[in-house]
Amino acid sequence: MMTTNAHTAARHHLLSVLVENKAGVLSRVTNLFSRRGFNIFSLAVAPTNDERFSRITICVDVESAPLEQVIKQLDKLVNIVEIDELDPADAIEAELMLVTLMADPESRSQVIQLVDVFDGRIVDVSPTSLTVMLAGMPPDLDHFEELVAPYGIAGLQRTGREALRKLGRSQDRLQVITGTTATS
Amino acid sequence: MQLTGAQALIKSLEAQGVEVMFGLPGGAILPVYDPIIDSSIRHILVRHEQGAGHAAEGYAQVTGRPGVAMVTSGPGATNIVTALCNAYMDSTPLVVITGQVATKAIGTDAFQECDTTGITMSTTKHNWLVSKAEDIPRVISEAFYVATTGRPGPVLVDLPKDVSSSMMEWYWPEKVDLPGYRPATEGDPALIREAARLVSEASRPVIYAGGGVLKARATAELAELVEMTGIPVTTTLMARGCFPDDHPRCLGMPGMHGTYAAVTAIQRSDLLIAIGSRFDDRVTGKVSAFAPNAKVIHIDIDPAELGKVRRAEAPIAGDCKVVLSQLISALGEILPRASEPREPEAPSSRLGPWHSEIDEWRARYPLTYDREPPDGALKPQYVVECIRSTVPDDTILVAGVGQHQMWASQYWRFNKPYTWVNSGGLGTMGFAVPAAIGAKVAKPEAMVWAIDGDGCFQMTAQELITAASEGIPVKIAILNNAYLGMVRQWQEMFYAERYSEVYLSPDLPDYVLWAEAMGCTGFRVETSEEVPSVIEKANQIDDRPVVIDFRTDVFEKVYPMVPAGASNDDIIVDPAHGEGGA
Repeated sequence: MMTTNAHTAARHHLLSVLVENKAGVLSRVTNLFSRRGFNIFSLAVAPTNDERFSRITICVDVESAPLEQVIKQLDKLVNIVEIDELDPADAIEAELMLVTLMADPESRSQVIQLVDVFDGRIVDVSPTSLTVMLAGMPPDLDHFEELVAPYGIAGLQRTGREALRKLGRSQDRLQVITGTTATS
Repeated sequence: MQLTGAQALIKSLEAQGVEVMFGLPGGAILPVYDPIIDSSIRHILVRHEQGAGHAAEGYAQVTGRPGVAMVTSGPGATNIVTALCNAYMDSTPLVVITGQVATKAIGTDAFQECDTTGITMSTTKHNWLVSKAEDIPRVISEAFYVATTGRPGPVLVDLPKDVSSSMMEWYWPEKVDLPGYRPATEGDPALIREAARLVSEASRPVIYAGGGVLKARATAELAELVEMTGIPVTTTLMARGCFPDDHPRCLGMPGMHGTYAAVTAIQRSDLLIAIGSRFDDRVTGKVSAFAPNAKVIHIDIDPAELGKVRRAEAPIAGDCKVVLSQLISALGEILPRASEPREPEAPSSRLGPWHSEIDEWRARYPLTYDREPPDGALKPQYVVECIRSTVPDDTILVAGVGQHQMWASQYWRFNKPYTWVNSGGLGTMGFAVPAAIGAKVAKPEAMVWAIDGDGCFQMTAQELITAASEGIPVKIAILNNAYLGMVRQWQEMFYAERYSEVYLSPDLPDYVLWAEAMGCTGFRVETSEEVPSVIEKANQIDDRPVVIDFRTDVFEKVYPMVPAGASNDDIIVDPAHGEGGA
């Protein structure tokens, strides 16, 4: 089960990777991580507004390898167009969680209160359980998960972190990376 | 003009200037073999797909042009994976075309289907599964571009049978559009200036030249840098010949079986200039003890190599040829302006004490072996030296992997670039015979000798049938010590002489009979006295391959040696030198 504390947050770095939308690209990325012994903490991937490209948000465990080496090896993949290393301070992050909670008539109102506190939505209900959809900052999802765990979690799926650079924040580190490889 | 996908493929290869390809047909690639009959491209029919791959590597290593191989789906594709991986490790440009089952059959476990692009994802620089015939010219032009630019490497194009059979309108793409592919060329000027400053201040500098110098065709620039600065040069296993062994500043090969002078000069250096080399574990030994007092200038076209193993004070991403030219210009500006006025040869004289120290190591610990052994055994090093003494400098030497490869690298005097072909990073036994064939096809005017081991020879010898039938007169010297010799050496030194599964037998097979059965001339040499005359006979034969079975000393070991994982300070020299190293 994922929990974020100060220790794990320091271990994790976010890479926002723009890739050509071609068959097998995700496989190339995961193959590279496996081949080089790099660890992925979470991975989110979907097409962008430009159908030629997809964006992969990779949360990298930097204890497995120096981040610079991960980025340089990724940059060698022919289908990878751009890599942006996001410092959490410069990033807007979000994650979606679907979770099915045990909620019998006695505990149901308490669970619903918690869902309300976190601005979640109840999307499915049965006599003994309910399914909640919750979007937010990853630490908020972690917090919610901890609070509802005592009621019983029957199923849980998180999307993994998604992130974009905050508006107005420069891409210093990206320029360092591409500056060594780009030619004009 | 309407063409089949197969015709478009061959026409695309012709458009890329391909003159030769190595291959073996089968079901899924059948459509492509039909237009080969009408093509200007020479196709060489190998006996095993691995041979096609290694032959293409030999071709590429001596020419710098991409080697091309074509095989069928399934086992054809899996058989060439070793060559792809070998080429990937050694940055050799290859374009491999594989047949694939028809698009609709993919994923159904069809006959001779395998996931070729999946299997080769981590052994190629890039690969493509072609889904439409009209994509073929674009994919082939991208494939050659990726294989040959930046850090070169192998690429693979997987071509389903229905795609090669369907029709397309011929075109040739004007340019390649790969938005994510931007190879480095020029080095960062600020880092070049910093590198020049480090060079101008060093008193114990060493150049650690790697295969990238050859890949970048930067040997003239390297020579100029050495003439300008007097800095001694070590040439790695992949770089042998990039700087002449006969040059007074050449220290030979560094690493596990490097010369004492090369290994020790690097250990004692205050500046290590790594050019197109990657701090391979066989060079560094224990990384934390490698060149402990050296600052590092690291020049490489692959940014991922910079800082991968050793942090550099001046990490310069760029093409070695371009960056060396930049560095030479930068040095030209600062060397005359240094505090004391110097004559043009002054930098060399500033390094005088360093040169003297190195010369002492060279004099004390030269490469050596027992030239007059009491038991009269035929020494493998003598065979290498003897062949070398009879052939011109432009002779191409090919090796397999193991003891014989190390002796070949140590005792052959390389004075010209692109005369050494071997399997470095992957260490692929069986590389020599097919790679020699590829080298000879590429340079028919040059003499091509292979030094092979008996273990290696047994892995790919059948390609001599290819050589005999295609009229490719390579010469193979088997240093037959009846053992998997390098493994035997490790078992002797590190496993208390417990020899496990390394004995092969000197005369099973009978190498002379085997050679003759394959259409070659075979010789056997059992004593040192016979060596020169038989080599002379072999040199005279130019109408068929020659195989010589040299019965060499079983007990001979490769020295110097740095045990795996040890510090380079713990180099073990030949026992003939007395106890231990320095």
